Amino acid sequence: MSLVTVAYAVAFYLATIILVGGLIYRIREYATVPSPLKIPTMPAPLTPMGAFWRVVREVIFFESLFKSNKWIWIFGVLFHAGLAVVLIRHLRYFIEPVWFWVVLIQPFGVYAGFAMVAGLFGLWGRRVVVDRVRYISSPSDHLMLALLVAIGISGLIMRYVTRTDVIAVKAFFMGLMRFDWQPLPTEPVLLIHLGLVVLLMVLFPFSKLLHIPGLFFSPTRNQWDNAREKRHLATWAAPMDAQRDT
Amino acid sequence: MAKEEFQVPEVREHLEIPPVVEGAMAHSQPFVAAADHQSLLGYPEELVDGWEDKAVEKMGEMARKYRSFRVFLDACVKCGACTDKCHYYLGTGDPKNMPVARQDLLRQVYRRYYTLGGKLFPGLVGAKDMSKEIFDDWYRYYHQCSQCRRCSVFCPYGIDTAEISMAAREIMDSVGLGQKYCNEIIGKVHKIGNNLGLPLPALEDTMEGLEEDVEEDTGVAVKYPVNVEGAEVLLVTPSADFFAEPHVDGLIGYGKVFHQAGVSWTVSSHASEAANFALFTGSYEHMFKISNRIREAALELGVKRIVFGECGHAWRVAYSFLNTLAGPWDFLDPRYPVPQHIMEFTYDLIQRGGINLDPEANDDKVVTVHDSCNVARASRMGTRPGDQFAYPRAVIKASVNRFVEMDPNTTMEATFCCGGGGGLLTDDLMELRVKGALPRMEALKEVVERDGVTHMAAMCAICKSQFTKVLPYYGMGMDMVVSVHQLVSEAIQLGTKD
Ligand code: SF4
Ligand code: SF4
Repeated sequence: MSLVTVAYAVAFYLATIILVGGLIYRIREYATVPSPLKIPTMPAPLTPMGAFWRVVREVIFFESLFKSNKWIWIFGVLFHAGLAVVLIRHLRYFIEPVWFWVVLIQPFGVYAGFAMVAGLFGLWGRRVVVDRVRYISSPSDHLMLALLVAIGISGLIMRYVTRTDVIAVKAFFMGLMRFDWQPLPTEPVLLIHLGLVVLLMVLFPFSKLLHIPGLFFSPTRNQWDNAREKRHLATWAAPMDAQRDT
Repeated sequence: MAKEEFQVPEVREHLEIPPVVEGAMAHSQPFVAAADHQSLLGYPEELVDGWEDKAVEKMGEMARKYRSFRVFLDACVKCGACTDKCHYYLGTGDPKNMPVARQDLLRQVYRRYYTLGGKLFPGLVGAKDMSKEIFDDWYRYYHQCSQCRRCSVFCPYGIDTAEISMAAREIMDSVGLGQKYCNEIIGKVHKIGNNLGLPLPALEDTMEGLEEDVEEDTGVAVKYPVNVEGAEVLLVTPSADFFAEPHVDGLIGYGKVFHQAGVSWTVSSHASEAANFALFTGSYEHMFKISNRIREAALELGVKRIVFGECGHAWRVAYSFLNTLAGPWDFLDPRYPVPQHIMEFTYDLIQRGGINLDPEANDDKVVTVHDSCNVARASRMGTRPGDQFAYPRAVIKASVNRFVEMDPNTTMEATFCCGGGGGLLTDDLMELRVKGALPRMEALKEVVERDGVTHMAAMCAICKSQFTKVLPYYGMGMDMVVSVHQLVSEAIQLGTKD
């Protein structure tokens, strides 16, 4: 077993633990902090089901972003939809036999890779060109884009320029999941690609990538409008409420 | 502050996004609360020793008490979608008035003390130690946010800068830096019952005066009762309605509507204020106390319903929070929502044919409507989402023949704040108020020139006062602003239903 294989295997295990553990920790945190008052952005749905669909529309269509800025919306959708297809495409490295619909999606995966990188460049361009967005960008915002672009481009290089031994890569990941380690090809582009993915996984729970769980917990989006019908007393406000004499 | 000290923004044909001008409004800040205003509310009289640590600690406490605060600080991706949505940015070009940058003033400190990235690599993630410089920025720019929630409509994660502003003001108060205007007013409500410090005799006087005026005007003895036990409705209305123009014409209208509906009503001197300025300062505790004055008044007078007069932030607290803060309302008539908006009352009456309105009475006017930010985005009327837009329009159209809408990018859920909300309606912030009104002024000017609009109806005490003050800066008459119920008041045919 080569040192590279061991290093990457350990790195992926640790990254997975940090990613999953970190997200569970964050989600628990978000879930336990109370929402003492009803603050949905109105007009808001009147029922839990309505609020659920509102969040779904935000997740799938970026509804609010569509209202606010068509350029960011287009680039955002290119990137996120591209990434989603690419991620699904990558499932083939983790399952055997590969599910039927994952096979179907394979040819689109490549276009999705380009879409994703194009979207990222669009978003990055705005950060540089639009004075308002330039003002609010900190180094980490640029680095995050650089990281994602590098992951995307290294992936595309493997598809179009170098010939990566995908069979061996799959064996490596299947081995990781079965705790039966298999050698990882030592091709530089692959190692870069995977190394950056590990970095992304580790950064996830500590960075603005928390916008993903955040969206589900955003009170302005996930609350429904029933404040006149039902009280929403937070536990920390209950003592105040109880000491009223009337 | 004299008018000449600043340049009134130029009104353009279309809304334009200004270039970033750093520090454009760095000189703008409200007067600081005096020691006695602070102590009355239980806050330190002046900036305490070790305020840096205490402010940071308080920030942590807020993050444990408010999910909005906690989630919003983490979730922002700096996409920039909100950057051109705030009227204060549009009117001033100061980048710290972009909603995300306003949040960042607090987020940079939060990151430094409460996130791993900020602890390890502050420079990379834009995290900073708490400092006087930052704190000064807080005081300036959290008092350049009218908490109108426009940014939250357009943010992909619904991040509401108003929540951050409120929390920031609460943190500042807790270490001894308060805003004079808000804290003085909250103190008056605790002591006397309304923002103006209007005592019972003055209130009775005013209401008697209204009775005389209306009788003289119409020949009908419409009552404007104070502290009447056993009245059906407790009317809670912003205290500006008792004396300011055009607010008082709205109050006259409510009285006429109740009169024609044959519903007995009263105001209470104990809860003679609909506005709840503790919303602006982010203080749950004071908001709770002020709200419970309404509960006490309702119990004391034995009323069956609570109806709120025209006021935006007041209606937010009433609609969205009152049940939580001062409910349950099981002692009131269960057939009506608690509280009700006067617009709902009048609307229902119109639907049932319980009121005679002759829109010809307003034929001298071409009317448009300004949706108040907190009515539009922080509350509702009626039974369906969006009725907060439909009801006022229905009431206006029943009272007026010629009604015109402004640019849809500036109305309903996308409405612009008048520029004076959120505790900023004070003369020491005049420049900010004038500049922040720009988007609304542009939209109004457009319909004035295109459709000959003569009046803009408003349904909020702050909007009415603010527009009265800033319209002249834009070359328009201060009397263009009217209360929605002023239009009703003109159109109502008293004596035809009795
Ligand atoms: S729109 Fe929301 S996520 Fe985007 S920069 Fe503004 S606050 Fe941040
Ligand atoms: S709440 Fe309103 S005033 Fe405050 S930042 Fe958002 S848009 Fe601007």
